[in-house]
Amino acid sequence: MRRSPLLHLPFWATYVFLYTPIVVLVVMSFNSGKSPYSFTGFSLKWYGKLAGNDLVKEGLVNTLIVAVGCTALSTVLGTLLAVGLARHTRSRLLDALGVLPAVLPDLVLAIGLLVFYATVKMTLGLHSVLLAHTVFGMAFVAAVVRTRLVHADNSLEEASRDLGATPFTTFLRVTLPQLAPGIAAGALLAFTLSVDEFVIAFFTSAPATPTLPIVIYSMVRFGVTPEINALATLLLAVSFTVVIVAQRMTRLTESLS
Amino acid sequence: MTASAVPGATARARSRRSRLVGRLLGRLVFLGPGLTYLIVLLLIPLVLVLSYSFFRRGRFGGVVYEASGESLTRLLDPIYLDVVLSSLKLATVATLIALLVGYPTAYMIARLPRKWKTVALVAIVLPFWTNFLIRIYAWIVLLSGPGLVNSALGKLGLGPFEFLYNEGTIVTGLVYSYLPLMVLPLYAAIEKLDPQLAEASANLGARPARTFVSVTLPLTLSGVVTGCMFVFVPSFGNFVIPELLGGGRSIMVGNLIRDQFLTARDWPFGSALTLALLAVLIVLLLLQAWSARRA
Repeated sequence: MRRSPLLHLPFWATYVFLYTPIVVLVVMSFNSGKSPYSFTGFSLKWYGKLAGNDLVKEGLVNTLIVAVGCTALSTVLGTLLAVGLARHTRSRLLDALGVLPAVLPDLVLAIGLLVFYATVKMTLGLHSVLLAHTVFGMAFVAAVVRTRLVHADNSLEEASRDLGATPFTTFLRVTLPQLAPGIAAGALLAFTLSVDEFVIAFFTSAPATPTLPIVIYSMVRFGVTPEINALATLLLAVSFTVVIVAQRMTRLTESLS
Repeated sequence: MTASAVPGATARARSRRSRLVGRLLGRLVFLGPGLTYLIVLLLIPLVLVLSYSFFRRGRFGGVVYEASGESLTRLLDPIYLDVVLSSLKLATVATLIALLVGYPTAYMIARLPRKWKTVALVAIVLPFWTNFLIRIYAWIVLLSGPGLVNSALGKLGLGPFEFLYNEGTIVTGLVYSYLPLMVLPLYAAIEKLDPQLAEASANLGARPARTFVSVTLPLTLSGVVTGCMFVFVPSFGNFVIPELLGGGRSIMVGNLIRDQFLTARDWPFGSALTLALLAVLIVLLLLQAWSARRA
């Protein structure tokens, strides 16, 4: 059964299915012709055009502002929340509240925040997207840090307390260093999710300050242009690098510990 | 004895009190900020959506703040009920296809040599880390009228076909976007499965199909349920894929909700639809919890 074509066929089909569109996008980004459908010759002109696209550049800057702010806020709030949930309460209700943003459909959160911002009469802009992204960013950081906390040695914290350290010192000098890899992984996750997030940003941003996914969305809706292929290829290169570096890093830290 | 017990008792009381203060302070410092944030920017917004659905739309698009069942009863209008049903259908079909493709893939990965296992898993996750909209755009390039699939078929003397803008393309887009979320939990479940169990079943004379149905599948059911939830939830509430690959008609609940907030400006009805979406998902989560407890 293990070597039967019944398994091989879907296995390879999955990878062909997952990668064909991506390969096509990348190849067509180097096309010299205007048509994104037939390859007529090699050229980098779409990358040049992209470099001159102010909307894309603006979107990129907006996205980075939101993502950096959201990561900073999510990392602090998420780490504190993880420690709080693991060490300072046994309430299952609070546990559930902590994971709710991660399981809630993005559209529901987007609508909720849109209605909330309108009700409190807050103007929309990058700050409203940043605050919105932090809702799920914090939940993911908390989830990652908590898995780390479960494996962390509780007796070290107890020893620190018995030796007379205040809870604050214990947290800073014993708990936090043990959690560092988890916090870093959580921060990376929050950053990536924020950069990529579309639905919530779509509902909570102002038209004057679109994030990059919103710019991509309007480009895609407007029509097919090889410029999107060039942008797609660049984004693919960035995220592939990040994933592979993260993979290497976790393997490195695993082999060290 | 009494002379020494009294200061001891007060010291104990003081230390108990300071421990109590410490515990409260710990809760305040660690739980306070995060929970406050979640209450203000998650719970209150959800309660607001709930309460908006009891209001109704004003004549010029505003909200009339008086209790009314109008928005909620409109959900039962056959036009909207149809949209909910068709979203259920599309999300279910996408989930089943992802399961049928994802299960054998996860099984193969779990049985690969260690070195290849990591490579295969990373290759499953990689597309998931690329921008969601760009992955959808890739399908437009592939499937549109003058697209690559049609030009390839044209060379064979076939077509051109209209692949885009139908339910099939929406399902394709959904499966493509969320397949990794199906494979990962399946892999985790199959990986834990002892291959000797299947061998034992085969040695006892069971055919492969029988072994699969009575041994492998029941033991990996938790992965199946989780994977199905991971694909169904984002599929059911999707509005981007039906809009870009489905031709912009309101075919799924997500499109309808989007329209209520951005074009029709009927926030109470949009809120009612959002609640309906949430209700379906809560029912599914409860079913999942119930099945997990039984297993």
